[in-house]
Amino acid sequence: MPDLGTYATEVLSAYAVSFVLLVAIVGLSWRRARRVKRELEQRDG
Amino acid sequence: MSLWEYANPRKFMAWTAPVLPWAFGLAAVSLTVGLVWGFFFTPDDFRQGSTVKIIYLHVPAALMAINAWFMMLVASVIWLVRRHHVSALAARAAAPVGITMTLMALFTGAVWGSPMWGTWWAWDPRLTSFLILFLFYLGYVALWEAIEDPDTAADLTSVLCIVGSIFAVLSRYAVNFWNQGLHQGASLSLDAEENVADVFWFPLLVCIAGFVALFVALVLLRTRTEIRLRRIRALDARSARA
Repeated sequence: MPDLGTYATEVLSAYAVSFVLLVAIVGLSWRRARRVKRELEQRDG
Repeated sequence: MSLWEYANPRKFMAWTAPVLPWAFGLAAVSLTVGLVWGFFFTPDDFRQGSTVKIIYLHVPAALMAINAWFMMLVASVIWLVRRHHVSALAARAAAPVGITMTLMALFTGAVWGSPMWGTWWAWDPRLTSFLILFLFYLGYVALWEAIEDPDTAADLTSVLCIVGSIFAVLSRYAVNFWNQGLHQGASLSLDAEENVADVFWFPLLVCIAGFVALFVALVLLRTRTEIRLRRIRALDARSARA
């Protein structure tokens, strides 16, 4: 872990929030894609 | 074969299926390499200290927030002119990704600005136009959700997208137009003398490549979902008529 000095809170919070946002958009998109694909497969028989 | 044939829903589904894992893979590798390089292996800036590490998130996110809107603009114009359904659906699919990038750029900008400018927020031309762009994104998604007929929704959201493009341009060039405010000029430029130092520049380029790949992957994935949803609605309508 690098020494972030007096700005550790700012830097770490920027990375933490960005990580959460990226994981959220990828996760939600992926989950929705799987759900819709399954739904269409059921309708198509 | 004409380029437009790739926008045929069936062909779109066929050519995007093998591209998708590569796009996600490229995004994962570039983001991991770029962020690890930037966070762990670059020095502090002599004026900004360790806050310079925020550049690897803030600049790519801001870049993609603006470029996502331009991608939506191109797709919207294609819809209005050529009535290709996939282009309208691609624009719709890109909006939540654009919202995420805008939110990330606003947050990382605020936490970077706090120690550097002494304030989280200022009604600076670039910051303000970026906030308005964010509100346009929200309005765009809300308009899609509010209108039941998909073609009418695509028409109206396309017009909204064209209007909102003014703020996407302002977000990019506000600093040059007004030459005032707290936000500095572009960190990236074709003029090498204006760029950040090489030690920050190379990992930043890798991060930008990662964000671009992630955007492409997400838009392809979400467009495929929108096409499938449209198919489900068509099947529902057909069985309701029968």
